[in-house]
Amino acid sequence: MGELVVETHDLTKKYGDLVAVDRLNLHVRQGEVFGVLGPNGSGKTTTILMLLGLTEPTSGNVRVLGLDPARQPLSVKARVGYMPDEVGFYDELSARVNLIYITKLNGLPRAEAYQRIEEALARMGLQDVADQPVRTFSRGMRRRLGVAEVLLKRPQLVILDEPTQGLDPEGAREFLNIIRNLKQDGITVLLSSHLLHQVQAICDRVGLFHRGRMVLEGSVPELAQKVLAGAYHVWLQVEGPEERIREALRQLPGARDVMREDHNRYRVVASEDLRAEAASVVVQAGGRLLGLGVETPSLDDIYARYFEEVHHGAAV
Amino acid sequence: MALRSDQSQERMHGREGSPWTGLWAVVAKEMADHLTGMRMRILEILIVLTAIGTVYAATQNLRETVGQDPFILLRLFTTAREPLPAFVGFLGFLVPLIAIALAFDSVNGEFSRRTMSRVLAQPIYRDALLLGKFLAGIFTLALVLATIWLLIMGAGMIGLGVPPSGEEVARSLWFLLATIFYGGIWLAVAMLFSIIFRQPATAALASIAAWLFFTVFWGILAGVLAPILQPVRYGFPEEIIAQAQTELTLTRLSPNTLYTEVMIALLQPTVRSVGLVLPIQLHGAVLGTPLPLSQSVLLVWPQLTGLIAATILLFALGYVLFQRQEIRA
Repeated sequence: MGELVVETHDLTKKYGDLVAVDRLNLHVRQGEVFGVLGPNGSGKTTTILMLLGLTEPTSGNVRVLGLDPARQPLSVKARVGYMPDEVGFYDELSARVNLIYITKLNGLPRAEAYQRIEEALARMGLQDVADQPVRTFSRGMRRRLGVAEVLLKRPQLVILDEPTQGLDPEGAREFLNIIRNLKQDGITVLLSSHLLHQVQAICDRVGLFHRGRMVLEGSVPELAQKVLAGAYHVWLQVEGPEERIREALRQLPGARDVMREDHNRYRVVASEDLRAEAASVVVQAGGRLLGLGVETPSLDDIYARYFEEVHHGAAV
Repeated sequence: MALRSDQSQERMHGREGSPWTGLWAVVAKEMADHLTGMRMRILEILIVLTAIGTVYAATQNLRETVGQDPFILLRLFTTAREPLPAFVGFLGFLVPLIAIALAFDSVNGEFSRRTMSRVLAQPIYRDALLLGKFLAGIFTLALVLATIWLLIMGAGMIGLGVPPSGEEVARSLWFLLATIFYGGIWLAVAMLFSIIFRQPATAALASIAAWLFFTVFWGILAGVLAPILQPVRYGFPEEIIAQAQTELTLTRLSPNTLYTEVMIALLQPTVRSVGLVLPIQLHGAVLGTPLPLSQSVLLVWPQLTGLIAATILLFALGYVLFQRQEIRA
């Protein structure tokens, strides 16, 4: 994987006594989609503002595209597209006029600006409403206009703060597709979200934030391996003699734990996908196999499990 | 040695590029907003109606004296006819009103519309945004006032049938400049409150309260404070004069007083002093003869620079506060 696009070293931001971001070491590589995930108030937005030079770090270093946002904010902001959460526009102006203002602030020559605006509007499917005032736009349309604005800069890095918050499921899915397309164009994407299940599918790697610290970092399967110990949960629905079925499942190579969850529902925690093996031993043990499946670990599980452990650790 | 010069160079160029990158984009956008906005249109109608009313009344009054007064066109601004006050009287409170209306939501409005972080994520500094907004306000104000100035001069020429003399034009242009900066003070006040308060309504109320305080209460307060600060103990004339001087100094802290004094000296060439004058100081003066323009300007030079300085000072205060403000809502 290519060079680092975002690099922070012991980045810290304090508001008085409150430590919003605590010694953060974040690395985002060229071309990946990185998810900064965590509950509200865990330091995600503060981190983003420091990456853009909109807030000064209390201590530590930041490099964005090899530049220091505190010293070279103009170069950074000319190359990085940012869409804040609850993105707002000048409601009385049309979508096109809103975008024209942004191209002027970026110092783009007029002909170039108009061409980029048409491209961005077309790409976001907003050409037909381009001359309507933004106050008539739905939330989903505003978000798409936000992406259109970000595209005007032809950015190398795009930072999206809570991009799917407040969108209906259809709108959220559509938006995730937009992010996938950005990735296909070779743009590095850093997004923040507290809706873990929504962004799980599109992030190459994620960092889980908790109280200003990045407590976990890696791809979703890596984290599952780390936190949930066995990554695979195989469930079976079997009618038959309980003891023999349990014993048979326990004998499987790779099975760590077997639980009976319900009247005839079993769960096998394993380090690999044991569906086929489990099915065959259950049948041999005289059981009637009614259902079978494997649960892929979700970020929500990982997150919940991680904090269970943290709280247990704290309690002890 | 080499290291040292590197360091100092780095300190000098702490930030890359000009702080005014994007300034004119902001000015153009804000002016377009002002000039197309409903708020501005209402104020324009108000001020044009006032101008027509007062100038018409003044021409009716002045018709009889045409030919006797060399500064008859200047009288258009200052002549009152019952029940209407003179046009300058209206300007004294219309200009602050326009200025406040232009600026009370300039900064907090960007926050409440959630456009602030998006705009500041563009390659510009905050400096450009704030100065751009202020300049757009000043230019809009100047545009409106210059239009009215032209209307009044034109109406005066038609109504009175007298062409303006060079001195009249020069005096009224100085007056126009003073009026713009008088508006500039209130523009800066409203902008300051729009930085301090997150609610536009609060900022508007605070600006109007400040304006009311200086327009209505400050004069009364100065009258109360002067005897406390400079009491008359034995009834010597020196004591009485000192008290009057103190009161005058206090009232001059109000931009309204400064503006009124500038206005009087510029529009009434025969006025020789805007402060206290003792009979002994008038010894040898030919009363009733007009001062040349340069002397009139010199007379109110402190007031004029005071208006400009107050504008700059208030803007600088807002600038410092805005630079320190967190972008997070």
